[in-house]
Amino acid sequence: MTHNLILRVVTKGLIPLIILFALYVQFHGDFGPGGGFQAGVILSAAIILYALVFGLDAAEQVIPPPLLRLLASLGVVLYAGVGIASLFAGGNYLDYSVLADNPVAGQHIGVLLVELGVGITVFSVMLIIYFTFAGRSRP
Amino acid sequence: MLDVIINVTLLTFLVITAVAIVRMTNLLAIIMLFGIFSFLSAGLFIIMDAVDVAFTEAAVGAGISTVLMLATLALTKDRKEKPSTAHRPWLPLAVVIVTGAALVYGTWDIAPFGDPDAPAQTHVAPEYLERSIPETGIQNVVTAVLASYRGFDTLGEVTVVFTAGIAVMLLIGGRRNKTPPEQQKGEQDDA
Repeated sequence: MTHNLILRVVTKGLIPLIILFALYVQFHGDFGPGGGFQAGVILSAAIILYALVFGLDAAEQVIPPPLLRLLASLGVVLYAGVGIASLFAGGNYLDYSVLADNPVAGQHIGVLLVELGVGITVFSVMLIIYFTFAGRSRP
Repeated sequence: MLDVIINVTLLTFLVITAVAIVRMTNLLAIIMLFGIFSFLSAGLFIIMDAVDVAFTEAAVGAGISTVLMLATLALTKDRKEKPSTAHRPWLPLAVVIVTGAALVYGTWDIAPFGDPDAPAQTHVAPEYLERSIPETGIQNVVTAVLASYRGFDTLGEVTVVFTAGIAVMLLIGGRRNKTPPEQQKGEQDDA
């Protein structure tokens, strides 16, 4: 598949759009359908498309697997950390209302960070699984 | 009326796809049909106004799962074994018919779709609908419930995804063992 010119050109045009759409889904999840989970999957789909067309090695240069492992845990830590932060701010675990001066603003910050954590973890875990599977069939 | 036509069309295609999946032996074609099955389900979810679920189904079911199954297929063989001639279908058929009849019997007690008096609509749903915007300011109630009211569940889900990634890395990640199996067995016997 590495010599397919049309596929390469179309892919290069598509990937920025997919990444932009993923970011839209991530940060527009408060207003429309979507959220961290879907955004993470879409973002990983962009990288997987790149890996399918340009090869696994090129994709691993874009996002090295050690970085992915770090990101996967970072997402969970971010989510759990928001809970800890709300404990320190005087509320219950994962009660975002205490994170800012008024409860609604606190909820906004909390949900934004939590969804970001979900997105980061889902994105990196999907890629870890794909890279691991695809790496097995590498000669 | 249009809803009914779309529903019947989508469900018919769903059944055709399912039957084709059962009858085929070429695993590559089966994986492609799985993707189509997921897209049809996503269409059905949209008809039922569950856009968030449809979105997830289209992205995960039709997108990522298909790619992962193809990656798995590259590691194994691409044909299903033909069922042996000694295969007797009567017991499985009876089990399937009884289970199916029980499920159909169960649907008689399900409230009609969109019924405002259904238990699902009268339990906690009105509370969420009334309180989510004043309390969280988030227009999408699904997001408010997932990320705020049910934050613990979502934290658990993220941990499950994370654990799945770790499990895959532990099971098939890392360097491949280049030693042939017989030699490896001999080494284990020595140890």
